[in-house]
Amino acid sequence: MFSLRDKELADDIISQITKAKVHLKFMHVCGTHQDTLVKHGLDVLLQKCGIEIGQGPGCPVCVTTPKEIEEILLLAKEGKTITTFGDMTRVPGLTSSLQQMKTEGCDVRTVYSIEDALLLAEKHKEKEVVFMAVGFETTAPTTASVLLRDPPLNFSVLCCHRLIPPALQAILQMGELKIDGFIEPGHVSTIIGVKPFEFISKEYHIPQVIAGFEPLDLLMGVWMLMRQIQQQKAVVENEYVRAVKPRGNRKAQQILQNVFEPMDVKWRGFPVIPRSGLRLREKYESYDARKKYEAELGLLVEEKFTEPRGCLCGDVLRGLISSKQCPLFGHECTPDSPVGPCMVSSEGNCHILYRYTKK
Amino acid sequence: MCLAIPGKIIELDKKKQTATVDYGSGTKRKANVSLVKIKIGDYVLVHAGFAIQVLDEKEALETLSLFKEMLSLQEER
Repeated sequence: MFSLRDKELADDIISQITKAKVHLKFMHVCGTHQDTLVKHGLDVLLQKCGIEIGQGPGCPVCVTTPKEIEEILLLAKEGKTITTFGDMTRVPGLTSSLQQMKTEGCDVRTVYSIEDALLLAEKHKEKEVVFMAVGFETTAPTTASVLLRDPPLNFSVLCCHRLIPPALQAILQMGELKIDGFIEPGHVSTIIGVKPFEFISKEYHIPQVIAGFEPLDLLMGVWMLMRQIQQQKAVVENEYVRAVKPRGNRKAQQILQNVFEPMDVKWRGFPVIPRSGLRLREKYESYDARKKYEAELGLLVEEKFTEPRGCLCGDVLRGLISSKQCPLFGHECTPDSPVGPCMVSSEGNCHILYRYTKK
Repeated sequence: MCLAIPGKIIELDKKKQTATVDYGSGTKRKANVSLVKIKIGDYVLVHAGFAIQVLDEKEALETLSLFKEMLSLQEER
């Protein structure tokens, strides 16, 4: 529809960043940003200019906890029809994955959209269809929209939706690394707008730029962060104005509000982050897989949920190490035989790095 | 996961809240449009089968010139 490629402009941005002689560390929280950065070599280019830019907990599949994986595996074992997005089926649990359980006869279906899961439930009233709902603010409205349409009662949702701003705050509060600025996820922001990020700049004096996904979007986002730092500012700027409106998508926000309420939830690699997850409101509890199958899932209470042995996904997700620093990376842990979720998901830091640098 | 693809609305069924989206190169698919207010001809971002936002065509076309302006202003400082 239009092109956002301009080599001269990219050179200009890099030249200005180089001239500024800075040493800065930025974090983004989006697999699609990481893909653009690594695919086009921008991470290496920026590092040469003194800017280190890494991915935090910005991959919904990766931050899903071992307990949530065990919940869905148990429901599969109990004979429910499990539907979810592709990457989710390959995340290893304690003893198996959804994909492996499928080969053992469990009913596991990969869907492109929650609409496909609903269609399956409508067509097959004899099946108990569970949709494992992962994703941030971008995806949660799609789940909410379907639940507002009174789906059949053989349909339910194992809700694993999470919210980005509370996770950013958790990273800053944990104080494990110095962050000079955040590149905020463009598509999360199409839904929530600019305001939900503002408290971070105000309370922690951290500059933020909402950025799009073209190479120039990210270069410009980095340049805008650098400019804020030079001007000693800490505000939320919007680089992705063609898609992100200041107040976001009000209709989607309203639908989210009607169906979900915030809850405290653990993220992989993190402790419980207050109000960072979503659960179905009481009105929709007949679609809440955790309530509907309370008896079965109750069996998990005594289980111990641990990370896979030797897996450093937690440190990768907190931005403490790069994937290459994990001893398993590219050896015991590869996309064909992943140990942790960051190597499973196409949005995961390890998978992206492997995809573009190891092959 | 948060990947969203831009496309143009070419057919709209308001009752069913679905639309046909043309992604270019002959690729057309149905999308749910319950999360957005749209009309035929609008460009939208589609994520997991749902249009999540209408793209601002004017802003999109002006993005490059805006970037250039910002950079030249900084250069002059």
